[in-house]
Amino acid sequence: MSALDPREELAQRLGLSAAPAPRFESPEALSQALTARDYLSSPAIASVTYLADRLAKPLLIEGPAGTGKTALAKAVAEASGARLIRLQCYEGLDEAKALYEWNYRKQLLRIQASGAAGVDQWSERESDIFSEEFLLTRPLLEAIRSTKPVVLLIDEIDRVELETEALLLEILSEYQVSIPELGTVKATQIPMVFLTSNNTRELSEALKRRCLYLYLDYPDVARERDIIVSRVPGVSEALASHIAQVVHSLRQMDLKKAPSVSETLDWARTLVVLGRAELDDALVNETLHLLLKYQSDLEKAMRALSRPTGA
Amino acid sequence: MLDLLGGFIAELRTAGLPVSLGEHVDAARALESIDLGDRELFRAALRATLVKRGEHLAAFDRLFTLYFAPRLATPEPEPDDEPHVTAATTTRAPAGGQSSGELRDEMLAAMMANDGAGLQAGARQAVDRYAGIEKGRPVGAAYYLYRTLRHLDVDGLASELEAAFTPENASPLEARLAHDQAVEAIDGLRDALEQEILSQLVDDRGVEAMAEATRRPLPEDVDVMQANREELANLEKALVPLGRKLAARLAQKRRKRRRGPVDVRRTIRESLSTGGVPLDIRFRPPHPVKPDIVVMADMSGSVASFARFTLLLVHALNDEFTRVRSFVFVDGVDEVSHLFEACDDPTEAADRIANEANMVVADGHSDYGRVVEQFADRYLATLQPRSTLLILGDARNNYHLARSEAFAAITRRVKRVYWLNPEPQGYWRSGDSVLGEYAPYCDDVLECRTLRQLETFVMGLS
Repeated sequence: MSALDPREELAQRLGLSAAPAPRFESPEALSQALTARDYLSSPAIASVTYLADRLAKPLLIEGPAGTGKTALAKAVAEASGARLIRLQCYEGLDEAKALYEWNYRKQLLRIQASGAAGVDQWSERESDIFSEEFLLTRPLLEAIRSTKPVVLLIDEIDRVELETEALLLEILSEYQVSIPELGTVKATQIPMVFLTSNNTRELSEALKRRCLYLYLDYPDVARERDIIVSRVPGVSEALASHIAQVVHSLRQMDLKKAPSVSETLDWARTLVVLGRAELDDALVNETLHLLLKYQSDLEKAMRALSRPTGA
Repeated sequence: MLDLLGGFIAELRTAGLPVSLGEHVDAARALESIDLGDRELFRAALRATLVKRGEHLAAFDRLFTLYFAPRLATPEPEPDDEPHVTAATTTRAPAGGQSSGELRDEMLAAMMANDGAGLQAGARQAVDRYAGIEKGRPVGAAYYLYRTLRHLDVDGLASELEAAFTPENASPLEARLAHDQAVEAIDGLRDALEQEILSQLVDDRGVEAMAEATRRPLPEDVDVMQANREELANLEKALVPLGRKLAARLAQKRRKRRRGPVDVRRTIRESLSTGGVPLDIRFRPPHPVKPDIVVMADMSGSVASFARFTLLLVHALNDEFTRVRSFVFVDGVDEVSHLFEACDDPTEAADRIANEANMVVADGHSDYGRVVEQFADRYLATLQPRSTLLILGDARNNYHLARSEAFAAITRRVKRVYWLNPEPQGYWRSGDSVLGEYAPYCDDVLECRTLRQLETFVMGLS
C-alpha cells in the first residue's frame, strides 16, 4: 500500500517542503498541556482533538451551551503556542466579512493618483489595482496566509445560513482560498481548525463530511469537581464535590435550561465569596437562581431537591 | 482489520446511520495513523470519523460494544451440558472461591468507590454465576440481565447504596443527592452487566447475529404507537431540542421568503436618478404570515401517546404560529388551549389534560361522528378562514356513524385540513376505520408514525 500519512499528503498538495510535525505527541501529552492551561479534558476530548491534529482535519464540536467548546479551541491555541484567529458567525455573514474584500477606496485613490491615462494602459492598471496591496484579508484568508502556526476558530457555525456554509468548504478540505483576480492562495502551514455549533439547526452533509466530530456533553461529577477546583481559587475539595453533585442532580431533571459549566463556576465563586465552606438546604435555595434562569425551573428544582425520594 | 471495519460500517448503515464512502476512508486512514493498542483512541477515531450527529452516538456505542468488546481470552472448552450455577463458577472466574455474599459485597464496594474496573470484574463473575447462559439457545440478552439482577437483589443493593451515601442526620437535600447517586450507580451496574452478557453472547453466536438481534431503530425512527416506556421517555426528551431546532429553521425560512410586493413610491423616487426610467425596482419588505393552527387530537388509549407528542411539538413552536388552539376528544370534544396558556411548561399541560379535559361523554370509546357533530355545534363559529386544522387520530370509529356532513361543514370554514394518522398506511380504511369518509374533505392525509415524519410535516406547514 502506498498510502501516505495524512499530514504528508496534505503538505504535498499544499506544496510545502516538509510536513509540519503534529502539535502534540499523544492524547496524554495533549491532555497534560491542556491541564496546564486550566482546561481539564476527558479522555474522549483529548483523543479526538489529538486525532484532528494528527490527521490534519477540522474538528466540529457540538453540544449544549456552556460546556467548553470555545474554551477548548482557546486552550489548544495557548498550549501549542499558536495564534488564535476567530471568526464569530452570525446571520448575514458574507464573503466580504469572512474571506476577503478588495479595498475599493484605495483602488480609487490609486487610479486618481496616476492621473488620466489612455485606454491602452488599462490592462496594466487593472492588474495593478487587483494586487495583494489592495486586498483586505478577513479571518479565513488570514488564517490561510499566516506563516506562523495558527488555530482557526469558527464559532457558532449554526448561525449562518445553509448557503453561507459553502464558503467554508474549500478551506476545510483543501486549506486554500481561490480569489478570481489573484489565483489560489494556499496555506503555508497546516492550521488547526475548530468549528463550534450549538445545534440550533442541522449542518449540511458536505460540511460534516469534511470534519471530525466531537460531541461535548456536560462533564461527569468527578470532572466537574476538578474543573471547579482548578478554576475557582479558594474553594475546598469538599465544597467543590458537593456543588458538582447538586448540579449533576439538577441536570437529570427535566428543566428548560440545564445549568452550564460556566454557571456552575459562577455559583462556586459566589459561595466562596460568601465565605461558606459547606452547602446546606437554605443556602442552596437562596442561591439557586445563579444556576437556573427560568422561574418555572427554579420552582421545580426547589420542590424536587427538598423531596428525598426523587419520584 | 479492514474487513472488520467494513462489517461494522455496514451494520451502522443498517441501523440507519448515514455513513458515506468518504467517511469510511477517513476512518480507515485514522486507524492507520494511530496506535491500535490504545482502546480509547481507537474508539475515539471511529466515533469522530463515522458519527456526525449527537443523536446517533448511542447507536454507535451499542454497536461498538458488540463489535470491539474486549473478548474473553479463551472460549470455554468444556461442553457445559447442565447449566448449573456451581458448574459455571468452577470452570471460570479466577476468584472462584467466593461466596455469593462476598461477590455482592465486592460489587457494592466497587460501586461506592466508583471503580469501573472493579465493577466490570464483578459483573463478569456475576454473569458467569447467575445468568446461566446456555450456548446456542436463542434467548435475548434482556432475559439474562433480568436473571442476574434478580439474583443480585438489585433493589436491596439500591437501598444499601443509598443508605451508605446518606450522611447521618441528612437534610432533605443530602438525602436527595444520595438517592440520585444510588440510582446512577445502579444504572452503571446494569450497563456493566449488559455489556458482559452481550460480549458472552457475541462469543457464542457471532457478531452479525447479535447485531441483528439487538437492532433498535434510531430515536427519530421509533414507531410511536409501538414504543415501550423507555423509548417514549427518550422521545419526549428529544422533542424539546427538536422544537427549538424547528423554530429556528421556521423563523429563518420565513425571513428569507420571497420579497414583498413592488413599492411604487420608492421605485419612482429611485427612478429620478436615471431620468425617470425605473431601472431598479424596489420591493416592500415581506409581510410575515404566520399560520393559525387548530389541533384536534384523539386522546383515546390507542393513539394517546402520539397525540401527546404532536401537541407538545406544536405548542413548543407556539411563537412560530399566530395562534394555536387545541382540542382533545374521545367520544366528546373539549378545548384545552387554556391549559397550555396557563402552564409555562407544555409537558405539565399535557399531563393535566387527562384529568381536566372533559372528553368522555358516553362510554369512553372513540366516536368520531359524535365528536365532529359536537365540534361543529360548539366551536364552528370560532374557526377562522385562515386557520389550518390538524386532526390527529386513527379514525377507528368503533362502528359508530361517521357523520361526514358535519365534518364537511367544519372543513369549509378553514383554509386547510390535514389528517395525521399514526397507523401504518396499509391498515387504513380497513375494519372500523372511517378515514375513507373523511379523507375527501382533507387537503392531505398523511401517515405520521415517527418523529422524523412529524418533523417533515411541521416544516412544510409554514
